Amino acid sequence: MTVLLEARHVTRTYGGGLLDRDSTVALEDFSLAIDSDRPSVTAIVGESGSGKTTLARLLLGLVAPTSGQVLYQGRDLHDLSGTERRAFRRDIQAIFQDPYGVYNPFYRVDHVLTTPVAKFRLARTKAAARGLIEDALRAVGLRPEEILGRYPHQLSGGQRQRVMVARALLLRPHLIVADEPVSMVDASLRATILGSLRQLNQERGISIIYITHDLATAYQVADNIIVLYRASVAEAGDVELVVKAPNHPYTQLLIASIPQVSLERNWLSEPAAGHQEGQGVGGCKFVSRCPVAMAVCQQSKPPLFRTELRRVVACHQYASGGSQPEAMASVFASE
Amino acid sequence: MNDAVLRVEGLRVLYDHPVGEVRAVDDVSFSLRPHERFGLAGESGSGKSTMALAILRLIRPPGRIDGGDVWLDDTRLSSLSDDAMRKLRLAGIALVPQGSMNALNPVLRIRAQIADALGDHGTLLSRRETDAHVRDLLGHVGLPPDVADMYPHELSGGMKQRACIAIAICLRPKVIIADEPTSALDVVVQRQVMATLARVQEELGAAVVLVGHDMGLMAQFVDRLGVMYAGRLVEVAPIGEIITSPKHPYTQMLIASLPSLERKGMMQGIPGLAPLLRDLPPGCAFHPRCPLAVARCRAERPELRAVAAGAQAACHLA
Ligand SMILES: Nc1ncnc2c1ncn2[C@@H]1O[C@H](COP(=O)(O)OP(=O)(O)OP(=O)(O)O)[C@@H](O)[C@H]1O
Ligand SMILES: Nc1ncnc2c1ncn2[C@@H]1O[C@H](COP(=O)(O)OP(=O)(O)OP(=O)(O)O)[C@@H](O)[C@H]1O
Ligand SMILES: [Mg+2]
Ligand SMILES: [Mg+2]
Repeated sequence: MTVLLEARHVTRTYGGGLLDRDSTVALEDFSLAIDSDRPSVTAIVGESGSGKTTLARLLLGLVAPTSGQVLYQGRDLHDLSGTERRAFRRDIQAIFQDPYGVYNPFYRVDHVLTTPVAKFRLARTKAAARGLIEDALRAVGLRPEEILGRYPHQLSGGQRQRVMVARALLLRPHLIVADEPVSMVDASLRATILGSLRQLNQERGISIIYITHDLATAYQVADNIIVLYRASVAEAGDVELVVKAPNHPYTQLLIASIPQVSLERNWLSEPAAGHQEGQGVGGCKFVSRCPVAMAVCQQSKPPLFRTELRRVVACHQYASGGSQPEAMASVFASE
Repeated sequence: MNDAVLRVEGLRVLYDHPVGEVRAVDDVSFSLRPHERFGLAGESGSGKSTMALAILRLIRPPGRIDGGDVWLDDTRLSSLSDDAMRKLRLAGIALVPQGSMNALNPVLRIRAQIADALGDHGTLLSRRETDAHVRDLLGHVGLPPDVADMYPHELSGGMKQRACIAIAICLRPKVIIADEPTSALDVVVQRQVMATLARVQEELGAAVVLVGHDMGLMAQFVDRLGVMYAGRLVEVAPIGEIITSPKHPYTQMLIASLPSLERKGMMQGIPGLAPLLRDLPPGCAFHPRCPLAVARCRAERPELRAVAAGAQAACHLA
């Protein structure tokens, strides 16, 4: 396997050094490898503050790890030459949550599309540039004549967000990192936008990292899933395994909390584990909310145990699975 | 229906725009029984928040209410003076506005924000009484008493939303209107907040209008659902009826757009774009996106009519 982008034991803290008591650990000992030969969709899910955006920013080189490394084609982002950095900027594209913030209200929408074409010299003539832009818009299900020439406020939220997907697409990247791309749009548009992302993966071979707090859409678009809980991986693996038969008590809680369209109305009556602050020092981060906590969970932090070929779980219940230090990097790679 | 606690009759709201008028709410009628949980669902821009604001006479220019009536028990709200209407908000009908958890005053402690709401309504209480009342309200929504001394930025999203519910119930309203109270929260916190709202509602004996677009949430929370499209109600029915046999194609597609956890590839967006309110297509506003549309749908607008016991739909084919 040729690795396109890799995170190796990445930790990021904010405020003070690693040992500072007041510092926040935003992401802890995170490893992941994106294969460039086999395009995939990887979902990152977790509650607010679990470290999802921090991970996106680390992978995009927008913040540096406090410890560990992020590598692009085997080279530490920190050590990229000017040319390599340019290639990286083009190869890995980002889509963020609020499509409105990206636009300048005084420029036509065209501006966000012509700028990257000029910056990366993607076309020789104006006509060629126009052609590229129109192709990209059509690829996300937009009609160029309905979009070009308009101002941002004249488009709906869903249209603006799809223009951002088109923009990412223009550069023919190998990877798109999308941080909550649909959390601001309604359920129907959500399906449409995620559908275009999935199509890019299948038809154009672009890998996607889809960051969300919505496990149900993650299940629909992703091949692999990583569940974060308070800066650490709780469970990761094949999306069918993790969603259909979650191992970690936190993943189980997440899935039970999704309201279903069904005549069975037990969603409100089931007790939802409360959110208690504070955690056993050195123990499992989930212990205070865990319905099946054991003595060991108070004392030692569970490593990632490999429960199946394509699943790892950070929970002492699965200790017999045997932990593997490199489990995270390999769990998505194995066939 | 005379036992209704809230009745909305033919409500209409216009927004004036330089390019023309936008009819955001068009001839909407529904009623709420005591203790009932009623949902208002629809796509973004379908007029749900405008409805919620119009019920409380909170529409501001360039918007205006240009028709219809709202009754709370035997009180016709349009007959009230501005002052009487102001008193009725919170005391009779309380609104938790869309995005309100992020609109709490950042420089005021939670106690002061609740006390302000009480004071605004002429409830004159001593400092001690206020403190006791605030503590009691926070307890009701599952917040510890020390939250009273905190500022909004010190609270998590779920805690802020509970504080908003505490403000909404401080005068024991008969009707609580909650506009997308949980769309910014993750599922675990959402369930806790909705359970709190349900419990508070039962303790008060209030009725609830829940505004939103998540059909899963509606299925689990409301007793009856109204579906809005382009400013009009297109279906109203008991929630079980909506889930098992939705009558309007738009309702069917709203349900289908919800991602399934059972099978992949089950998530489908509604094709086409939501219509421009100032330039609605003739006939049924949904016809350009409707897979079942026939000639009549393009020519004649369907009215909301009874299609089954307790169920209404505005569709020629229903
Ligand atoms: N620039 C920063 N300075 C200080 N702390 C930060 C910074 N960015 C993130 N954090 C902290 O790191 C933790 C993880 O934040 P992050 O934004 O990655 O979470 P998230 O999973 O994206 O949350 P959300 O779902 O709310 O977007 C939080 O505790 C946050 O307060
Ligand atoms: N202050 C305003 N001035 C002009 N037009 C407005 C105003 N507020 C709302 N509108 C228009 O009225 C229509 C209905 O908007 P409304 O906010 O009621 O929709 P909604 O169903 O609540 O949508 P969402 O799900 O996005 O909250 C939209 O076309 C909107 O653009
Ligand atoms: Mg984030
Ligand atoms: Mg709204």
